[in-house]
Amino acid sequence: MRKIVAKTGNEAMAEAMRQINPDVVAAYPITPATEIVQIFSNFVNNGQVDTIFVPTESEHSAISACVGASASGARVMTGTSSQGLALMHEILFVAGGLRLPIVICEVNRALSSPINIHCDHSDTMASRDAGWIQIFSENPQEAYDQTILAMKLSEDLFLPSMVTTDGFIISHAMQKLEMYDDKEVKDYLGEPKTPFNFLNLDDPITVGPLALQDYYMEIKVQQSKFINESKKKIINILQDFNKRMGRNYKVVEDYFMEDAEYAIVCLGSTAGTARYVVENLRKKGEKVGLLKIRFYRPFFDEQIMDILKNLKGCAVLDRSDMFASTGGHLFNDVKSALYASQKHPIIRDYIYGLGGRDIDIEDIEEVFKDIKEFSTNKNEEFVKYITVRE
Amino acid sequence: MASIKELASKGNLFAPGHRACAGCGGTIILRLVAAAAGENTVFIGATGCMEVASTIYPYSAWKVPFLHNAFENSAATASGVESAYRALKKKGKITKDINIIAFGGDGGTYDIGLQSLSGAMERGHKLLYICYDNGAYMNTGIQRSSATPFGANTTTSPAGSVIKGKTQQRKDLSEIMVAHNIPYVAQASLFYWNDLVEKVKKALKVDGPSFINILSPCPLGWGYDPSETIELSELAVATHFWNVYECENGKYKVNIKPKKEKPLEDFLFKQQRFKHLKNNPEILEQLRAFLKEKYENLLKKEEISAR
Repeated sequence: MRKIVAKTGNEAMAEAMRQINPDVVAAYPITPATEIVQIFSNFVNNGQVDTIFVPTESEHSAISACVGASASGARVMTGTSSQGLALMHEILFVAGGLRLPIVICEVNRALSSPINIHCDHSDTMASRDAGWIQIFSENPQEAYDQTILAMKLSEDLFLPSMVTTDGFIISHAMQKLEMYDDKEVKDYLGEPKTPFNFLNLDDPITVGPLALQDYYMEIKVQQSKFINESKKKIINILQDFNKRMGRNYKVVEDYFMEDAEYAIVCLGSTAGTARYVVENLRKKGEKVGLLKIRFYRPFFDEQIMDILKNLKGCAVLDRSDMFASTGGHLFNDVKSALYASQKHPIIRDYIYGLGGRDIDIEDIEEVFKDIKEFSTNKNEEFVKYITVRE
Repeated sequence: MASIKELASKGNLFAPGHRACAGCGGTIILRLVAAAAGENTVFIGATGCMEVASTIYPYSAWKVPFLHNAFENSAATASGVESAYRALKKKGKITKDINIIAFGGDGGTYDIGLQSLSGAMERGHKLLYICYDNGAYMNTGIQRSSATPFGANTTTSPAGSVIKGKTQQRKDLSEIMVAHNIPYVAQASLFYWNDLVEKVKKALKVDGPSFINILSPCPLGWGYDPSETIELSELAVATHFWNVYECENGKYKVNIKPKKEKPLEDFLFKQQRFKHLKNNPEILEQLRAFLKEKYENLLKKEEISAR
């Protein structure tokens, strides 16, 4: 039976992991993701799951063990954050290249230096090119749902996935959570699937070979083509998930966008605050809307372009900076998506909330004011830093 | 004890057709290890000469499953393989007994992979780690490693006019592995192939992690004629440059105590990497004193642990 409980983002993800019941979890603790595997190791030691838990000596070894276990036919998960994800960086590409269905519960946290334990998206953004599916969560419910969904996506598509929550804002905030029955999750996911099985002695294979000028390119083009094709499949799998679980998720979510003149595009927990602002402004008769990006990788550029192209002004909220003088990651991706359209709005980047700096209702109201003004009179830089001390 | 005929009759699990240099010690090691372990074995290899030379797409020299992840993580990767193996065996999805062998060169083992190796050994995974120690980063072009012997000329510890080769003594990795309190640690030499084969078999029988360090002569990196690989493997032991011993549950045994010891020069001066020591006897003497002490300490450990 389903039940309504109160859980933090970390607890919700740990519960999802329990219901997924992976064969192997290899992990190393890091704030603010520590709790996920800490709670999960209790499930292991209390016999609530069948998992072999590998408490590695680093995140690099954690993801390396995940690669070994996944290549061996096991269902594999881990959890990490920030420096931990950065330490995994090298092996994320190996997992992507080998198309291994590993799922990471990733809690978004700023990267050093200065060291900081709070939320921004610089960690997840730094690993956006590794061939992984990346899904952002707005609240514990989405974190829970999307962890289960990610396992399905990974095993159906043979792509690794990371599901992210915003550090502390979601990872440590308690909210209402509807949990599925254990059997529901078990039936939904079915038996683990991997693209090959390294431990099959009857069909010995070589995994992770050296491919040089003669074959490397073809292998990588195949990977890229598949990721392009996966977008349709992701939409189908998501629709099926909605039907079975009673959700209404879309790969990118438009809110009051049909007749909107100005809109905000953002990721994760900020979407909740932005939605509240949009509702209030709508009541005042302002034609404003919101586009929440649920799937950041692969990037659903066509859907995003269709939703945004008729706006007058588009404000992208970025919780990360590329340090290239061209703004944040989401801004650059959205801007590229709009280039394919004949008609497109004025677009401005608002970099906010780095290292856990709070973003408030007033800040978002200010963004709407600013984008309106900027659309008619762009005499300032395209990249604006907000929520900064005066 | 296996006879060489018996080993050869099973066919090569690590097949000819790899692209290693003539006289490469590493490939002979892998062939012997694979023969000793048998068909029900999987290998996890670190980036390095052996991996690069054996798996050039679309070819593979491996007739048993082979997995390469990256340079510094073959032990961690193998720990994941072993965990999956246990999980899937518990579920009845795997029925066969499988030997899990990870390997790396001294770069992937002594240096960049040391943390990963230490973690896997400490966690007690049932796997065998083989280090083929050729005493430098040969795959990238003979750069010094922490396994490079004192005084040796490498491309990053060149025998210059002021500094003459490597200025540090070797790290003793096998003893670091002993300090992990794992059930089985050994050193082996290609010349004593039967000892090597028996050690692999023994290591695979222990219930937990095991580690074997094998001296791997490298014609290119050491600077000698490829026909002399086996001879150098013998000389290394006869001069106490490399000791053949094991430590089983804390008990040391020096397996080869050369009846006819040979002067260190016999080993060193067959190799280009030490030729500058002819004119620098003080470096040679420091190396000799270090090796002598190592061997004497080993005999003492054998004596003490036998009590």
